[in-house]
Amino acid sequence: MIEVHDIKKSFGDQMVLKGISTSFEAGKTSLVIGQSGSGKTVFLKSLLGVHHVDSGHIAFDGRIYEDMNKDEKRDIRTEIGMVFQGSALFDSMTVEENIGFPLKMFTNKTAAEIKERVNFVIDRVNLINANHKKPSEISGGMQKRVAIARAIVNNPKYLFCDEPNSGLDPKTAIVIDNLIQEITKEYNITTVINTHDMNSVMEIGEKIVFLKNGLLEWEGSNKEIFKTDNAAVTDFVYSSELFKRVRKMYLEDDV
Amino acid sequence: MLVRYLSQIGRYFIMLKDVFNRPVKWSVMKQLILKEIDDLIIDSLGIVCFISFFVGGVVAIQTALNLTNPLIPKYLIGFATRQSIVLEFAPTFISIIMAGKMGSFITSSIGSMRVTEQIEALEVMGVNALNYLVFPKMIAASLYPFVIGISMFLGIFGGYLAGVYGGFTTSQEFITGLQNEFIPFHIAYAFIKTLVFAFLLATIPSFHGFFMKGGALEVGKASTVSFVWTSVVIILMNYILTQLLLS
Repeated sequence: MIEVHDIKKSFGDQMVLKGISTSFEAGKTSLVIGQSGSGKTVFLKSLLGVHHVDSGHIAFDGRIYEDMNKDEKRDIRTEIGMVFQGSALFDSMTVEENIGFPLKMFTNKTAAEIKERVNFVIDRVNLINANHKKPSEISGGMQKRVAIARAIVNNPKYLFCDEPNSGLDPKTAIVIDNLIQEITKEYNITTVINTHDMNSVMEIGEKIVFLKNGLLEWEGSNKEIFKTDNAAVTDFVYSSELFKRVRKMYLEDDV
Repeated sequence: MLVRYLSQIGRYFIMLKDVFNRPVKWSVMKQLILKEIDDLIIDSLGIVCFISFFVGGVVAIQTALNLTNPLIPKYLIGFATRQSIVLEFAPTFISIIMAGKMGSFITSSIGSMRVTEQIEALEVMGVNALNYLVFPKMIAASLYPFVIGISMFLGIFGGYLAGVYGGFTTSQEFITGLQNEFIPFHIAYAFIKTLVFAFLLATIPSFHGFFMKGGALEVGKASTVSFVWTSVVIILMNYILTQLLLS
């Protein structure tokens, strides 16, 4: 579980996060949504420890990140998996080497043990015939699978995904969403996803955090987001006619 | 503007300190160093050999053509070729060429990793990205004096072939010139310079790649800026070291 308590973050005179408190439970896929410039990326990078918050704190299963020493911070990073927007795979390595990288860096496993674990996660994310290919030789969807495989290979407790569906066709996006949700449940991971994709919100948003101008505007589940009368949320989520109609049908069915 | 330069210089020295923090496991580092030796040293040998051989030849021919006075002995061709190649051409001018070849490679490869979030990925995993990316380059660059040694040999050899087979001098005269007033410290001076330049060649382009901001266009710009600054610092250090060691 990740608990966020009143975090604030400024860059120069500009306050990007203005005091956000929320929590993300283990075994659930939590989504952070909001317009561009709402502070989503800074929020995610603050959770990851890439940005140091000005005030407030973040606790990983009760361990407060801001109170940790350098070694403890480094150790907790080995419990974190991250899927970047552009996958961020290492160009010079093959798929297999990319996935095995965290194991090579942070464990004392032998080459055979690493290979066994890598093959296991490759099977888990359904990557076929790609072990010895370079990232530039595989499709965007496959790159995302490799990124997910790399993120989960070291059995992380926390998984962060920044726009995992960006640049993917709708069908592949759904496959990636479902894969993340399955993995979250299977390994009881605390998963936080930054997204703009409303399909993801509806499909896998067990908890949704809506940010607006650096503040938490609304939080709830994908069921509750249909019923909310928060104008900012409805403006953002149901901005297209299609989603307006979906919401109307959902509410009529519910009645 | 001065404040910006000073702040950049300060940042460069902080980077150098951070390179040695939280070192990567030796088993991983060993492979990274071998890869960098291949990319930075072995891959540079071809161009260094080619340039050194022909520039050595040109130096010998130009010296011969300028020795019009019959009172000046022909062995001076060998002497001038040796001094030019050992003192200046091999250590300094090959390093300027390497600032273009090796430096651009370092800046663009690290810069591309920055643009595609690969550096962020390393940091999120808890890897000291500076140690992972820059330290192996620094170690690989320490083999750079071997490249310069080869450059010296080929430069002089090129001068010998151009001088003797071009009909400007005899083999005996050229070799006499090579041995004439030989000061062993000049070799030490050349290699001391080379080691300093090797350090600059590995770290300045890394700095420009690591701290670059923007997209693909900025990677190109960072490579150009890195080449300019590496060359400027090499020329400045060349002057300072010459003043310190030879005067």
